[in-house]
Amino acid sequence: MTVQRSDKRLIRTSEDIVMVRQLVREWAKTIGMNLVDQTKLITAASELARNTFDYGGGGVMLIEQVIDAMKIGLRLTFEDKGPGIDDVEQAIKDGYTTGGGMGLGLGGARRLANEFYIDTKPGEGTRVTIIRWK
Amino acid sequence: MERIPILKMGKFLLVTIQIDMHDRLALSLQDDLTEMIVKTQAKGVLIDISSLEIVDSFIGRMLNNIASMSKVLDALTVVVGMRPAVAITMVELGLDMKGVKTALDMDRGIELLESMMDQEDSESAQEPESDNDSTKE
Repeated sequence: MTVQRSDKRLIRTSEDIVMVRQLVREWAKTIGMNLVDQTKLITAASELARNTFDYGGGGVMLIEQVIDAMKIGLRLTFEDKGPGIDDVEQAIKDGYTTGGGMGLGLGGARRLANEFYIDTKPGEGTRVTIIRWK
Repeated sequence: MERIPILKMGKFLLVTIQIDMHDRLALSLQDDLTEMIVKTQAKGVLIDISSLEIVDSFIGRMLNNIASMSKVLDALTVVVGMRPAVAITMVELGLDMKGVKTALDMDRGIELLESMMDQEDSESAQEPESDNDSTKE
């Protein structure tokens, strides 16, 4: 997989979640992603950015335009240095929440993306990566 | 502080969400709307989301909350104008909007509100009426 371009955004306020959505929309349009795929990716980004803000105590999103063989897509990585997740399987399950939300963040983002990776250590933080291909 | 305007239109309240709301703004809309329902004694609320490019779990929860709170305050809520791409995404996200009534556009939203109100009226009427309304379910 080759990275064609990349950018970073800090996620420290709820306005930053809006900025993340707008940036992802811009990049998705640039690679000519169709409207439904754009909407899915932006929604997934919104869920993950909110997790970073609400549970991770803020963090950073890395956005990358990637190509693999004949495919072009966007890879989003959300990283925080928060408390991490004890039980990842549980956290991905629908309806599981520690924050009073609907508990759709991780599981929902996984369904809305083509690829989903999570790396977390209790006490050290969480990194979630998603890819949506055009 | 910025606010989403709430307009009074006859016995209904009308909210048109035209910007990408951050979370606090969505919460203040929820509060403002409950206050307005009480103040105006509105019987119905129309929320136009045709400008919204996404509905994530936070906005979904806000719409659910508004629908339940208005119900408690004796008002009915209809969400109108959801974009097809938003609907597809919401289902995949797993967002449950069972408590929220929807209509394709504003006209149909008003029709739906009015028919729901008629239904409530006829249900609350104790005596069967002799006119043609009595056959309405």
